[in-house]
Amino acid sequence: MFANLLATYRRWATRNNDLVALPWLIVVVITIMTVATGGRFVRATNLANLLAQMPELGLLSLAMMVAMITAGIDLSIISSANLSAVVMALFLTHVVPPSAGGIVAVLSVVAAIAIGITVSIVLGAVNGYLVGYVEVPAVLTTLGTMILYEGVTLAITRGFVVAGLPEPFLVLGNARIVGIPVQMLIFIAAATVVALILKRRPYGVQLYFVGSNPTATEFSGVDVRKVLLRTYVVSAVLAGVAAIVMLARFNSANARQGSSLLLSTVLICMLGGTDPFGGFGKVSGVVMALIVLQMVTSGLNLIGVRSFATVALWGVMLIGVIAYRYVQHRRWERSGKRQRSATSPSVDPRQEES
Amino acid sequence: MKRNPLITRALSRNETYLLGILIGLVAVVSLINPRFLTGRNAFQILRSAAFTGILSVGFLVVLLAGGLDISFTANATVGQYVMALLLASHPETPILVAILVPVAIGILLGAFNALLIHKLNAPSIIIAISNLNIYYGVLQMLSGGSWIYDFPDWFRRLGRGVLFHLRDENGATYGPAYITLIWLFVALVTALLLRRTKIGRRLYAMGGNLEAAKRAGLNIFGLRIFAYAFLGLCAGVAGLVQALNTQTVAPNALVGREFDVVAAVVLGGADIFGGAGTVGGTLLGVMLITVITNALTILRVPAFWHQVIIGAVVLGSIAVTSVRTMLARGKERTIDVR
Repeated sequence: MFANLLATYRRWATRNNDLVALPWLIVVVITIMTVATGGRFVRATNLANLLAQMPELGLLSLAMMVAMITAGIDLSIISSANLSAVVMALFLTHVVPPSAGGIVAVLSVVAAIAIGITVSIVLGAVNGYLVGYVEVPAVLTTLGTMILYEGVTLAITRGFVVAGLPEPFLVLGNARIVGIPVQMLIFIAAATVVALILKRRPYGVQLYFVGSNPTATEFSGVDVRKVLLRTYVVSAVLAGVAAIVMLARFNSANARQGSSLLLSTVLICMLGGTDPFGGFGKVSGVVMALIVLQMVTSGLNLIGVRSFATVALWGVMLIGVIAYRYVQHRRWERSGKRQRSATSPSVDPRQEES
Repeated sequence: MKRNPLITRALSRNETYLLGILIGLVAVVSLINPRFLTGRNAFQILRSAAFTGILSVGFLVVLLAGGLDISFTANATVGQYVMALLLASHPETPILVAILVPVAIGILLGAFNALLIHKLNAPSIIIAISNLNIYYGVLQMLSGGSWIYDFPDWFRRLGRGVLFHLRDENGATYGPAYITLIWLFVALVTALLLRRTKIGRRLYAMGGNLEAAKRAGLNIFGLRIFAYAFLGLCAGVAGLVQALNTQTVAPNALVGREFDVVAAVVLGGADIFGGAGTVGGTLLGVMLITVITNALTILRVPAFWHQVIIGAVVLGSIAVTSVRTMLARGKERTIDVR
């Protein structure tokens, strides 16, 4: 039994040698935080908080990951999530009569979600069209739409907060099913769907191809533009799902909610083994990195570290992760353990575009 | 038909069209509200454009060298905050030292960005995002978010000062601010650097084709350090100018001002893929962005619409640049077969 498990782990470890450190990192973080907080870290209330806070960051990180796999980046995820959240909130508070109950209330929640996701699809299509068909670099496109979407949200709300959502909607961010928060179930479902698409669907395979070498992919008959368009739509939809969860959990929406999360999503992706030059990235890596990061946040919070210090720390960690990955790749190259010459330093053709 | 070569040359240049758009915009806004076209407002626009303008020429240098660095506002904030702390605690600090502090800090932080980007072979945007957060986070943590107002007398005079006084019909005086002159001086130096020096031409070469530049034996690492440090220098000067203009320094005053700079440079016709861009175009881009913002205020468009309009203008111009690059490339495709 134990030997079997060990063999499974060995097989997984050899196949995922860029993720192999993550499970150990989780154990180390749990140990350090438990000791540093005098056991408060592993109490039930803190663990419940962890589970409740993780999904929104997780969904946003997956949104960042799909863009990064294509050698792009989506800086507009937070802005588009906020726009979608504000539209949903306005629909639920202004269009639906507050006296609505029973089946009408449930239907209006379903309608609100449909509207929110539609908004996300449109916003993602704008990004995808510009990146795929107009061939604007992803960084500039999404930097521009980040400002544009935030501006539209500001214009719609006139800078105010939209709050006071109906009870049936709040369930999505506050209720529990057999002890697990609803939003966690939403995240698990979304992560599973993304993992299956990346692994089993032709689109998923094409996504990695486009990230590795767009020209070669095009010459092998794949419509690169369409793949890019779909990628940014997927990214925006994941951000839209994050918007639903955040809206339900905070019971409010505004134009500048969660703007500090952008750095965290990049950090989680990089820590989880996603290559910013494209072609590599796995849901399992991102989920493990998410767990590490959320635990560190929660632990620092318990210890009483101020939020600005945490932000600075994320920046330092991100540079640390980049340095670690760099050294790791150098080592692999020297030992010839894994052929990743496409992303090797100094001879990287894609660096010209970065 | 034989055309005057001067006109043909002018028509082939991006700057001509930008100037046309700028003049058209000024004309339209002046017709709607005559208060717009006054000497006072013109100098006011030139004064408020200085901060964005100085950062824009710095950002242009990095962009045309093929990089992207949006951490310059954090860089400017750190520089101006340290300077303000120094001036508040030691008002007797010599002017030259006080001015050199933000500039030196800017150069160091800029060079640090380049070092990380080059040595770790990481996308410049990711290094920029992390350094932006490190600089802001550390500054907020150490300063506790407090504002600084106590500046010595010379600082106030330099900030409010004008080169010469003009008088409008109400008897109020106005004129070209020293701040505006600092901006134009930085722009002139940058233009000379890019057009007349070896290092300037090499920056264009590196941004145009990195691989070719490597094979031609250019010192890529040195050029990168230079470009990012130059942006850092501009960030330092911009931080100083912004403090002079507002006479206050706050650790979060410049958050989010990056986009105006990116917008101005892209509008100014710099190639978003690197390798092309002029200081003249960038100056016009800065003027366009500032005039649009100023006009929106004068036309009483609610403030929350400004961001939508600027965002749309910039996305549009990025898209146009990109389509033009695509058309220029035509059907030609290259495959890397190394």
